[in-house]
Amino acid sequence: MAMIKADAIEEAAYELTAKAAIEIPQDYRDGLRGMLKGEEAELSRFVLEAMLENYEAAEQDRRAMCADTGVPRFFVKAGNEAQIEGGFVELETRLRRALARATHDVPLRPNRVHPLSRKDNNNNVGIGAPEIDYTFEPGGNWVDITTVHKGGLFGSDYRMLFPGDGIDGIKRFFLDVMYEFGRRGLACQPAIVGVGLGGSKDIAMTLGKQAACLRTVGDRNPDQQVAALEDELKEMGNSIGMGPMGYVGSSMVVDCHIEVGCCHTGGMPISIHSFCLSSRRAVARLHGDGRIEYRTDPNWFTPYSRRESVEWTEAEQSLAVV
Amino acid sequence: MDGSGTESGGGLRRKRLKVPVDDAALRELELGDIVFLDGVIYTGREGLYQRILGDGIEPPVPLREISNANFHCSPAASVNDDGTYNVGAVTATASFRFSKWLDAWFETSGCKLIIGKGGMSPEDYKTQLAPNGAVYLTTVGYGTGALLGRAIKRVVDVHWLEELGIAQAMWVLDVENFGPLIVESDFEGNSLFEQQNKLVNEKVEAAYEGLKPPALARYGETTNREDEVV
Ligand code: SF4
Repeated sequence: MAMIKADAIEEAAYELTAKAAIEIPQDYRDGLRGMLKGEEAELSRFVLEAMLENYEAAEQDRRAMCADTGVPRFFVKAGNEAQIEGGFVELETRLRRALARATHDVPLRPNRVHPLSRKDNNNNVGIGAPEIDYTFEPGGNWVDITTVHKGGLFGSDYRMLFPGDGIDGIKRFFLDVMYEFGRRGLACQPAIVGVGLGGSKDIAMTLGKQAACLRTVGDRNPDQQVAALEDELKEMGNSIGMGPMGYVGSSMVVDCHIEVGCCHTGGMPISIHSFCLSSRRAVARLHGDGRIEYRTDPNWFTPYSRRESVEWTEAEQSLAVV
Repeated sequence: MDGSGTESGGGLRRKRLKVPVDDAALRELELGDIVFLDGVIYTGREGLYQRILGDGIEPPVPLREISNANFHCSPAASVNDDGTYNVGAVTATASFRFSKWLDAWFETSGCKLIIGKGGMSPEDYKTQLAPNGAVYLTTVGYGTGALLGRAIKRVVDVHWLEELGIAQAMWVLDVENFGPLIVESDFEGNSLFEQQNKLVNEKVEAAYEGLKPPALARYGETTNREDEVV
């Protein structure tokens, strides 16, 4: 079988890094336009209009939309039959190389520093940086590489709730995050708000981050109960009377995505994350035959990744996206 | 936009200001005005403050002669092989962290405009900015990096690049139509964020109505939803 070439991986990752920094995904842009339609407060409207203008300026000039280019990272999804030249060690090397080069060329801000010494390698690469997360999917000889440039020191929080806290507990925590990080626009809202519900504590954090960064505006969780809660939290966030920059308004949540994982029977861990006005993500699929296709929907969560059963049955496979 | 500098349209007033700014222009600014700048501004944040104010090192250039506008910013920039600079986007960094430097900074720099992200505390406006005749302009969004980057005509100079790195170095920028910025504190030290917060707070109680508190409480520095955490 043909191998996915290491050079192609580096080329795609370099291209993705520039695309993510410069081109706002269409789903988010449309979402923001929708918010502007519903926004009545003058200052909030002004902020939304300025952001929409900013996306255009970024694309016209081919410059980063926001100078805080966040902490660039990669999400890799491999088809079950993926054959990579040099294996995954080579893939990781190529991702790091591409990011270092693109940091200089786009340019991105070299944001990554050692947490204590504050030493900056000036290329966004270092210990544990970029993070590379993996998932697998039944099927073919392809690899999806997604890059996300998540900005923002604000807008995320974690809490251990208990089963008895129920939906009330989730809503209260959601409101807390809206108020805590919405004031003065610390979270650079309106945001795609991701909620991680359940799993182990670390997984609750991971699920929430992925729900914010790896699902598109308008997407709903296939679980009806979860989808209904997504709608309800979105509506709630947009009706507290706050908007962009914490000004009076109604634009806080472009969309709300919830991902769940089974958790300890005694608890209900929850995390909330805000993907900001620079909701930067870009995706490439690399095929064994050398083709590279670019898109903005990571399609990270699938029937396979959300499976409940022990076995991966044929009925389930027929629903799967490969 | 004409040379007189004021334009109205929509409900918000739009103004164009020349930097260095003078008292008369600052006095006219009202909270919520939209401002665009022309002239020279420079970036400066904790790295610069620490060196000049903390370590007592002479500023690399006489600050007052260059500009009276200090931008809390780190650009997305790189240095080309030939020593020129490639500045892409510029976005502000959160200003509230620099409160402790204000007093000494005004004395040293003579700044009249602080440009940043998220404003400073109402006390800072009353006790630091207003007494020094300075106003605070906030960037918008806060992600308008491309619009602001586009308004940079020229990098005049970069100081202490070696010592402080790209993010913290002092970038001296010649800008044209640099904005939009929103007047966050005025000449009297009033704050737009504070006013807006008051309005938002009128609805906080209603938002939580009927939701029972969780079984396990958390330690925290505030539990009042009307408080700010900055
Ligand atoms: S939170 Fe997002 S929009 Fe705001 S400054 Fe950071 S990257 Fe830019």
